[in-house]
Amino acid sequence: MQSIADALGLAAKLVLSGDPDLFEIVLLSLQVSLTATVIACLVGFPVGALVAISRFRGRNAVLIVMNALMGLPPVVVGLLVYLHLSRSGPLGFLGLLYTPTAMIIAQIILIAPIIAALSQQVIEDLHSEYSEQFRSLCLTRVQTVQALLWDARYSLLTVGLAGFGRAVAEVGAVIIVGGNIDHLTRVMTTAIALETSKGDLALALALGIVLLVIALGVNAAVHSVRMTAARQAYV
Amino acid sequence: MLARKFMATTAALIIGGAAWAQDQSIIVQSTTSTANSGLYDYLLPIFQEETGIQVNVVAVGTGQAIRNAENCDGDVLLVHAKPSEEKFVSAGFGTERTDLMYNDFVIVGPAADPAGVGGMNDVQGALAKIAETGVLFASRGDDSGTHKKEMALWADSGVDPTAASGAWYREIGSGMGATLNAGIGMGAYVMTDRATWISFGNKQDYAITVQGDEDMFNQYGVIPVNPAKCPSVNVDAAQTFADWLVSDEGQDAIAAYTVADQQLFFPNAPD
Repeated sequence: MQSIADALGLAAKLVLSGDPDLFEIVLLSLQVSLTATVIACLVGFPVGALVAISRFRGRNAVLIVMNALMGLPPVVVGLLVYLHLSRSGPLGFLGLLYTPTAMIIAQIILIAPIIAALSQQVIEDLHSEYSEQFRSLCLTRVQTVQALLWDARYSLLTVGLAGFGRAVAEVGAVIIVGGNIDHLTRVMTTAIALETSKGDLALALALGIVLLVIALGVNAAVHSVRMTAARQAYV
Repeated sequence: MLARKFMATTAALIIGGAAWAQDQSIIVQSTTSTANSGLYDYLLPIFQEETGIQVNVVAVGTGQAIRNAENCDGDVLLVHAKPSEEKFVSAGFGTERTDLMYNDFVIVGPAADPAGVGGMNDVQGALAKIAETGVLFASRGDDSGTHKKEMALWADSGVDPTAASGAWYREIGSGMGATLNAGIGMGAYVMTDRATWISFGNKQDYAITVQGDEDMFNQYGVIPVNPAKCPSVNVDAAQTFADWLVSDEGQDAIAAYTVADQQLFFPNAPD
């Protein structure tokens, strides 16, 4: 318990002192995970919506696979991306291993299935309400997807946040493809793993508290966007 | 409007990400002890100021570092398992191996010393005694330099600890720090390099119980990755770094690095 109290004090001190190293790590964490989340949403929302409104052979298999991929182990994703981006791998010529871009790629693969599967569920529920109306308006599939995505935008924000939460909290993938290089690819979670391995448990926990506060901040920001938008919609 | 702003931010983030890569930089595939003990934090700024070369360190176990370097994912290899290093060079992956520095391994244990090995300086005898008494022993179990050394010492002591794996012999399968955390958590003896131990922050009631056997010598070597195998290697910068480490200046800098007033690494590059 002593070390938890120490950690809280240390976390406050770290944040208040404006430690530039900490600032750099926090910024990179946000950059990597937010970029991954945005791209995964751009892919995952339409895919989820398309699966939600379509009826085709093998749909159940697609649903099962999509849902199963939500449980992708980060270490496995990291290894797969490493094998592809390694200099001896098929995409090695790009020179992307041990860069933030590699970390973004790994996180996209990790969270795109989560975003697709959750948005599929959200859109399917909504679609069952509107499907007759859509049919009477003779909407194309693309128009239907657009209308549903727009109507579900607030629920989809939560879906995006679920993806962001997974991305910003994982360590297994980014430590393999990023290498935890100081001032280049060190993010919050890999810094926490490093301090733990140095036996500096108070500092590790303090960084964990900072990470929690950041996640809280991102969620609060999204929530306030949602509230503001909702208020304007009902004026 | 909001959507467009979102897109613009994303684009900026992606472009920003691409611009982070640096021109004169090398990747060092390294063992963890040199990184966790803070040696690089001390050496690299000196080297960078002199040469302008940015050194990026990927700190993993020796086994993984060697495999990563064999995949051409590094410019310099800095590890501590001489037989594996020599194999790496003879297979053509490295240009030349040079002795860089040394320290030694120690066995740490709980203050109560349940196996009664405290003060022993015959490491094989101490290991045999731990095995005999059945007190917990936590091993790296990850094919790292420390793990290879530990297995060699067990072989010398005539005990096959893996027969008791899961019983008194616990293979943690992690880095040095994680193994120390786990070993200390379960009250087990742990073999570690002295540098990691001195700079380790979670010692609790643990202390060094076995040390001083010349068989626990721990030699570090440096090897530039061979451009003939790996064309992507930044040859000049890699060679500059390896040369600097074994130069008088690099060797002096290694000797000057201390934690808690104790020197962690002892330079011994050949003249």
